[in-house]
Amino acid sequence: MGGRYVKGFGTGARAPGPGGGAPPGGGLAVREVSVGYGPVRALRRVSLDVPDGAVVAVLGSNGAGKSTLLRAVSRTLSFQGATLTSGDIHFQGRRTDGLAPERVVAAGISQVPEGRQVFARMTVADNLRAGALGSTGSRTAKADALRRVHELFPVLADRAGQRAGLLSGGEQQMLAVGRALMASPRLLLLDEPSLGLAPLMAARIADTIREINAQGTSVLLVEQNAALALRLASHAYVLDVGEVALSGPAAELAASDEVRRRYLGVVDEDAAADASRGVGALPALPRWEAGR
Amino acid sequence: MSTFFELLLNGLSMGSVYALIALGFVVIFRATEVVNFAHASLLLAGGYITASLHDDLGFWPALLVGVAGAAVVGAAVEFLVMRRYRGSDHSVLAIVTIGVDILLTTELARRLGTDVLPLGDPWGDDVLSVGPISIAHTRIAAFVTAALLITAFLLAFRHTSWGVAMRAAAESPQTAALMGVRLGRVSLGAWAVAGALAAVAALFLTVFPTPGLERATSLAALKAFPAAILGGLDSTTGALVGGLVVGVTEALATGYQSELTFLGRGLGDLAPYLVMTVILLIRPAGLFGTKELARV
Repeated sequence: MGGRYVKGFGTGARAPGPGGGAPPGGGLAVREVSVGYGPVRALRRVSLDVPDGAVVAVLGSNGAGKSTLLRAVSRTLSFQGATLTSGDIHFQGRRTDGLAPERVVAAGISQVPEGRQVFARMTVADNLRAGALGSTGSRTAKADALRRVHELFPVLADRAGQRAGLLSGGEQQMLAVGRALMASPRLLLLDEPSLGLAPLMAARIADTIREINAQGTSVLLVEQNAALALRLASHAYVLDVGEVALSGPAAELAASDEVRRRYLGVVDEDAAADASRGVGALPALPRWEAGR
Repeated sequence: MSTFFELLLNGLSMGSVYALIALGFVVIFRATEVVNFAHASLLLAGGYITASLHDDLGFWPALLVGVAGAAVVGAAVEFLVMRRYRGSDHSVLAIVTIGVDILLTTELARRLGTDVLPLGDPWGDDVLSVGPISIAHTRIAAFVTAALLITAFLLAFRHTSWGVAMRAAAESPQTAALMGVRLGRVSLGAWAVAGALAAVAALFLTVFPTPGLERATSLAALKAFPAAILGGLDSTTGALVGGLVVGVTEALATGYQSELTFLGRGLGDLAPYLVMTVILLIRPAGLFGTKELARV
């Protein structure tokens, strides 16, 4: 079913066609990227842009390839036994798809991994130090980064000496984000930051993401919580079994019936009617008619 | 009573040397999750370099070269062998280290032959007597050196960027890589540090009252295995405590051998393994091994 709705929304997002044209100077440009886990394809010719200063969301269900996409950008596919089979990735006009992970960090891309992955046996302070290991900045730059993280998450200063494994889920997520910010990234990759958090805590994380973005860091946000992601993002992509199924401005996507029905859980009469019109090729089942 | 104190002091001294070896073992395990069976051969290499150079260079320079040499051998093993297997199963890697150990030990044993080489240490067989207790200078030197090295190592492990990188990589290589930690460098550093510590341990395993460096020295190094295991393979504190436990147990069992003749001879060699077995029965992860510490 992939690709059926793309054309309707296919705004400027895929502008430079297959391999064509010079990559844009600023931001992240993913072009026609395919990734395989052995013979299994996880991504098929995915293209995506994160302009400088933007928040871009990637939506999709489990197994759609969202995390794989982030790993392709941060160059950590090999840990999962996956390889990038084609396509290229540029950041700030520089090609990054051949770099070692530490070079990607040095280039200004930090990732907050899925499931937080704080170093549970290390203290909060040491977790933050670990985040600064890949930074190319000076000692004062690192001290500034730490101050900013503590301003953003005062709780991390309060709990500096505590083992990270003993923090609550929300605090661990703050630590994971703070740790990534320690490298003073220009682009932050966030993998499911709201996963497993209470709604209130998820809302707080969302506020923080907005604030981080306001301070000048671009954000590529992968989320299953589409409502939250679409509120934050200016532009969004929907991945479906490894392909970009939809893309467009977040507001447009949020209004689209397909997204509302599949990712926002909206099942009102109109939307259902629109959706059935959209898949008009399928015969309507009599029992459904009877149910109306 | 004075016998007991003498035995205890000697045991602590030997134990601190075992702790040096066990620490190297634990460092490699934490950084790469590989059980390094080649550790004894690193030790033998460091000792051999010191032994063969001390006539020409003098003791201290020879020791320095020996320590550096063992670090280089360790790093070379990582770079030339272990790195090629990265991503393989950890048990495969452990078996690879057995292969490396056989190669290195065979070559060193061939060079050593039946010789017993002195390392040319300045302490000789001097003995310090305080009241009824007498203890060899070499034992005091061993304890002091090991204590200093271990303290320096633990401070570095806790407070330097190197230590943070090492601990991060130990907990999750993939996440550490996301932080910009160079995993290759971390594992190279771990092997080099382990080699250097082993070379220092080689010195104190071969000084008085031991005659000198011989083939069998690598067997003495094997006592660090129960030390590392009973402490918990992934714990630096565990390596220290494990080393001391093994050293003291061995010294006491050897010292009181005559009163334990009903158990047969050679109890000193057996005792560390006995203690290890008992501790593992009670605490399967070792004294300080990782217990799950997470809140969900």
